[in-house]
Amino acid sequence: MKLQRALRPRPSLRFVHIWRRNGLVWTKLAIPSMLGNLADPMLYMLGLGYGLGAMMPDVVGMPYIAFLAAGTVCSSTMMSASFESMYSSFSRMHVQRTWDAIMNAPVTLDDLVLGEAIWSASKAFLSGAAVLLVASALGLVESTLALWVLPVVFLTGLVFAGLGLIMTSLSPSYDFFMYYFTLAVTPMMLASGVFFPLDRLPQWLQAAAQALPLTHAVALVRPLMRGVTPDAPIAHLSVLVAYAVLACYAALVLARRRLLK
Amino acid sequence: MPHLRVSGLRKSYDGTDVVAGLDLEITPGSCFGLLGPNGAGKTTTLRLCLGLTEPDGGEITMLGLPVPERAREARSRIGVVPQLDNLDPDFSVRENLLVFGRYFGIPRRDLEARIPGLLEFAGLTAREHARIQTLSGGMKRRLTLARALVNDPQLIFLDEPSTGLDPQARHLIWERLRKLTNEGRTIVLTTHFMDEAERLCDRVAIIDHGRKIAEGAPRDLIAQHIEPQVVEVFGDGAQSWAESFGRGAAERCELTGETVFCYTHDADAIVHALDARPDVRYLHRPANLEDVFLKLTGRELRD
Repeated sequence: MKLQRALRPRPSLRFVHIWRRNGLVWTKLAIPSMLGNLADPMLYMLGLGYGLGAMMPDVVGMPYIAFLAAGTVCSSTMMSASFESMYSSFSRMHVQRTWDAIMNAPVTLDDLVLGEAIWSASKAFLSGAAVLLVASALGLVESTLALWVLPVVFLTGLVFAGLGLIMTSLSPSYDFFMYYFTLAVTPMMLASGVFFPLDRLPQWLQAAAQALPLTHAVALVRPLMRGVTPDAPIAHLSVLVAYAVLACYAALVLARRRLLK
Repeated sequence: MPHLRVSGLRKSYDGTDVVAGLDLEITPGSCFGLLGPNGAGKTTTLRLCLGLTEPDGGEITMLGLPVPERAREARSRIGVVPQLDNLDPDFSVRENLLVFGRYFGIPRRDLEARIPGLLEFAGLTAREHARIQTLSGGMKRRLTLARALVNDPQLIFLDEPSTGLDPQARHLIWERLRKLTNEGRTIVLTTHFMDEAERLCDRVAIIDHGRKIAEGAPRDLIAQHIEPQVVEVFGDGAQSWAESFGRGAAERCELTGETVFCYTHDADAIVHALDARPDVRYLHRPANLEDVFLKLTGRELRD
């Protein structure tokens, strides 16, 4: 009975309060925040895309900058969701004790974790959408099919928000997040087809890459930006949805274990 | 119907009983003090009452609702002032009240109408737009108290409301708490300042090792457990004085640190003897709740 209660997630629409709280903070810092979120991926995309791209033939039938732009939409979404759900959520949970205050109100930890996840996904959505906007201004987007990138970006954001919140629920301090970045995020960025096509990798690594959520995001976003329907869209979406649901659920269970002892 | 009823409450961590069969009943409109040394189980009891952790046994009913099953609903009608300030540092004074009110689902218009009164209660009307970091400790605590009132609660929990405050700020907090009980609200506070409990509480429970060891009105507890007069003796000669004279003259003598506490019904002889001793100083006072507390929970240090 008790175990059942402990494992059944019961989030509610009250997560909106959390989202709005974070949103109000964000509106005060929106410009530096957007700039910080955008400058880095944009510099890499433009520098590598045009610099390296100038020395390269087309990659899988498109200029390297266009190839890289699609990858950057996904990787900047991942980065933004990860930073928000780890460093920022951890500050609110552990350092500022904002979660403690909120849990004294009629909002549950389930609402809180869901609110944080959707908030991080929303911020990540802005990052991904901004890269998409810049790419389209540079003429790197071929058709309105690219609008389908937006829901994929949100879903990708939710995946990495969930994964980040798992880390947050386990973390003793900020330093802990470096493990995740070094051992998960960076390898994922290199093995998911962000910078170069997956088929350049050894067979075993290609197979392993299929287990990574970022691979499936890239596999959806790149064709969409080129104006082509992706292969097996349902399969890719299913992987992302499964990751999002399981990661958010695990984050919730771990957060309960940490905070509701 | 009591605003809070706790019966047979138990909670243990790693095999250690932190709350070990606690019974409490708190009547509407009263100020109830939960006293105990560090680690007595006060904060755990509070967390259990708020439904933030599941009890291992026992029952809690808050404002008629079973906790933890319907804790969320019960929380919508209570206010909480936590031990550590957790005001939202990303917001101004006003925004703290506004955002906190939204967690209760209070409509914006109602909140806007309520905030001026809360700011006035906290004495922060002029600091409405100040950032939290610029407030003094007393201001922060007052704002935390005002924040706990944003939903017009019937029952307010305060976990060590005046810890870390200077005397002026403490008196101001006490005055505000009085105001709240005068309005008919119920207050449950934990503290280890006995003067605070004696001053504010209609009733106190002293708990130790997760069990209630005494309960009653402060005045009754003092009368029941302690001789009416106390002479505190300190200075280099205090201990030798106690051995040679004090123990014989007082009903009871206790040593805490370097101070000898003499408990008696008539202190005249002791005071007279002490006046003749230049090597000791003394303080003659009526017995208070701290004497009861020390007698019941022991004098050794708790960490």
